[in-house]
Amino acid sequence: MKPDPRRILAALAPGAALALWLLGGALLLGATLSPEARAALGPLLTGTATLIAGWWFLAAAAGAWLAARFYEAHVGATGRLADATRLLAGDPSAPSIMPHGAGRERLLTEAINALADERRRLEAEMARRVEEASRAVALERDQLGALMAELSQSVLVCNLDGRILLYNGQARVLFRRLSRAPESAGGAELIGLGRSIHSVIDRALVTHALETIDRRRARGEAAASSQFVTTTPAGHLLRVSLAPVRSEGAAALSGYVLLVDDITDEIAAQSRRDQSLTRLTEASRASLAAMRAALEMLDFPDLEPAERESFQRVVRDEVGALSARLATLASETSEDLLTRWPLQEMLGADLVTAAAQRIEAVTGRAVAVGEVDETLWLNVDSFALTQALAFLADRLTREQDQPPLTLRLAPAAGGWGHLDLVWPTGDGAARGPRGWRTEPMRLEDGVSPLSARDVAERHGGEIWLAHERTRGLSFFRFLLPLASGLETEPATGERPEYYDFDLFAASDAARALDDRALETLSYTVFDTETTGLDPAGGDEIIQMGAVRVVNGKLLRGERFDQLVDPGRSIPEASIPFHGIRPEMVRGQPRIAEVLPAFHAFAADTVLVGHNVAFDMRFLQMKEGATGIRFDQPVLDTLLLASVAQPAEESHSLEAIATRLGVAVTARHSAAGDALTTAQVFLKLFPLLRARGIVTLGQALRAAEASYYARLRY
Amino acid sequence: MGTKVLIADDEPNIVVSLSFLMKREGYDVLVARDGVEALETIRAERPRLVLLDAMMPRLTGFDVCEAVRADENVRDTRILMLTAKGRDSDIARGLGAGADAYVTKPFSTRDLAARVRDMLA
Repeated sequence: MKPDPRRILAALAPGAALALWLLGGALLLGATLSPEARAALGPLLTGTATLIAGWWFLAAAAGAWLAARFYEAHVGATGRLADATRLLAGDPSAPSIMPHGAGRERLLTEAINALADERRRLEAEMARRVEEASRAVALERDQLGALMAELSQSVLVCNLDGRILLYNGQARVLFRRLSRAPESAGGAELIGLGRSIHSVIDRALVTHALETIDRRRARGEAAASSQFVTTTPAGHLLRVSLAPVRSEGAAALSGYVLLVDDITDEIAAQSRRDQSLTRLTEASRASLAAMRAALEMLDFPDLEPAERESFQRVVRDEVGALSARLATLASETSEDLLTRWPLQEMLGADLVTAAAQRIEAVTGRAVAVGEVDETLWLNVDSFALTQALAFLADRLTREQDQPPLTLRLAPAAGGWGHLDLVWPTGDGAARGPRGWRTEPMRLEDGVSPLSARDVAERHGGEIWLAHERTRGLSFFRFLLPLASGLETEPATGERPEYYDFDLFAASDAARALDDRALETLSYTVFDTETTGLDPAGGDEIIQMGAVRVVNGKLLRGERFDQLVDPGRSIPEASIPFHGIRPEMVRGQPRIAEVLPAFHAFAADTVLVGHNVAFDMRFLQMKEGATGIRFDQPVLDTLLLASVAQPAEESHSLEAIATRLGVAVTARHSAAGDALTTAQVFLKLFPLLRARGIVTLGQALRAAEASYYARLRY
Repeated sequence: MGTKVLIADDEPNIVVSLSFLMKREGYDVLVARDGVEALETIRAERPRLVLLDAMMPRLTGFDVCEAVRADENVRDTRILMLTAKGRDSDIARGLGAGADAYVTKPFSTRDLAARVRDMLA
């Protein structure tokens, strides 16, 4: 053990003090004696010096022992305790302090240990809550993002069980219409948190849509969604678009978002028009055929008068019938028969796979997949079609001695495809099960009101039974329309992408800039942080940040960075996104003061932002109140990036920055994001030039075209 | 005895002209007013050719066509379908059902007569 120098000093101190005290006494005594007495005392003391020294030594040793003990008990131990406490403060995982010493020290040690334990517990609790909260926020963001992006539609978010987790106002309106309950219930029996969507949308349809998405995902499409059309118990026709929700970073589904449109009226009207047209056409053809044939017979010169009379009567008859038919059709408005069913585009190979799975599930026997043209895209109601194929396969299996079945798909002339369910019949003629074409499809898990023919007619196609004598095969052949096969572009982004091109409508004065090269212009690259996503619903700007880009150079020094008092609360849930707490905006200027300043900062520049329509909407909302109008041209780095790198999937700011080698700093502060956006913007110039986009006008037009490209999915 | 031709159509106004035409062409003309009657006549009379309207009551022309092709005894009957349905899918369906030719109404009687002559040649 290393000797503690302070402890040695403490031990030596009593001896030294006693020596000084003795010396002082001796000097005092010496001063009071006469010189003779001093001289006499000298030899006297010399004799007893050893005794005196020994006496002092005894006292010094005792003092040293006592002092050392005292030091040990009250200074050394406390020091060690302080050291251990400091260690514990710095590193919560350090072991508890071993209690020793007596009484007070021991109590103090125990108290410190208790404090450390409490701190560890709090820290663990905090970590747990933070993790919980961030997971919840991540999930909310996923759902909210998908929801807000399509506000004009009815949006519902469901978990995998079909329980509604979230719905918007439009959905409520729609479900009120779908409801068959009394007015007072107002659709609340259909829509509500925790209620099942399957009271309106069949579970099998949702399952089918999710399987379709999984197949597309397995093929590498990032954010696939699926569309289908369904009827409700009340007879409404709904077009549903389903997008999966996945938990952060996980491939597993956590639920799905449904976008729902009521297309009943639209389809009914369209169907009526189509019906009228078809009936008129077919009936007219028949009449014309009769008239033409009769007239051509009248051309024969050698007719008997009776024959002539009969042909003339045919013409008179048919003219009358045609007129009557036209009159009826004109007055007829309400008859609804067949419906042209809205179809979804699907890769033919996917349809075959889905059908094969369904058939196997129904018949319990494997289905071979024969020649399938992998490039064909079909326009189909895949649910109804797989049902029909399963129904036919089931009937064949039951009634024809379990023939081996094969599915095949081939293109046909005139934009059609042949989807065949094939089985061998040898030399015999093709023979379908009784009523296969017109009977309602009956499967183990339910009866459809449709027949196989109805399903074919939904597609504007046909179904028939055919026989290939040369190969000894029979097959049911569906004639199905081909689709153009366009892939949908998934809308991604952590913030809903608002696109409102009225915002981009530049004033006349701004057009002069259109012909100038991008590099020569001055820009204000900006970003805002807000309390939420809905400016019309009362959300406000709480921070504005901007940097300037002039002549192709980023001016880091010229920046705008301002917190804004929103004049309302900041939702707790939004804080993780911008990190701005209510106390931070207290005493900050209001937007009415900030906007004029920002307007001045941005004067005579082109505004640039990422997904800038979102920010512009907030600025526009304030136009009336502040009189501040931003009428300069506006460029969106999101759109420009999608123009410059159309093949890339994600055009989120992070994704672009990473691709272009821009370091992302201070993400989700307005100024930090503005800085990143500006760097990204500059890196886009050469990429745009490579695509022939040089001037501002070209960039604006390209961005607009890109916008429409994104819409037209 | 001449070649037997069956005219199967439910509209008397076209049957009048078609039977006159076919008789002038020198065929023995049979007439059926619906699908069932047409199928019975085909099986009973074995006409060499049928002018078959696609849309008839009881049994459509497509059904008649499929039934004929599935029947060993009358499988080789020539079938010319006449129809007011002009969509591609209808034509494909008609040929898929086994018709030898498909003619959309209205048609030229001269062409029809020539077509029938070719099919019986």
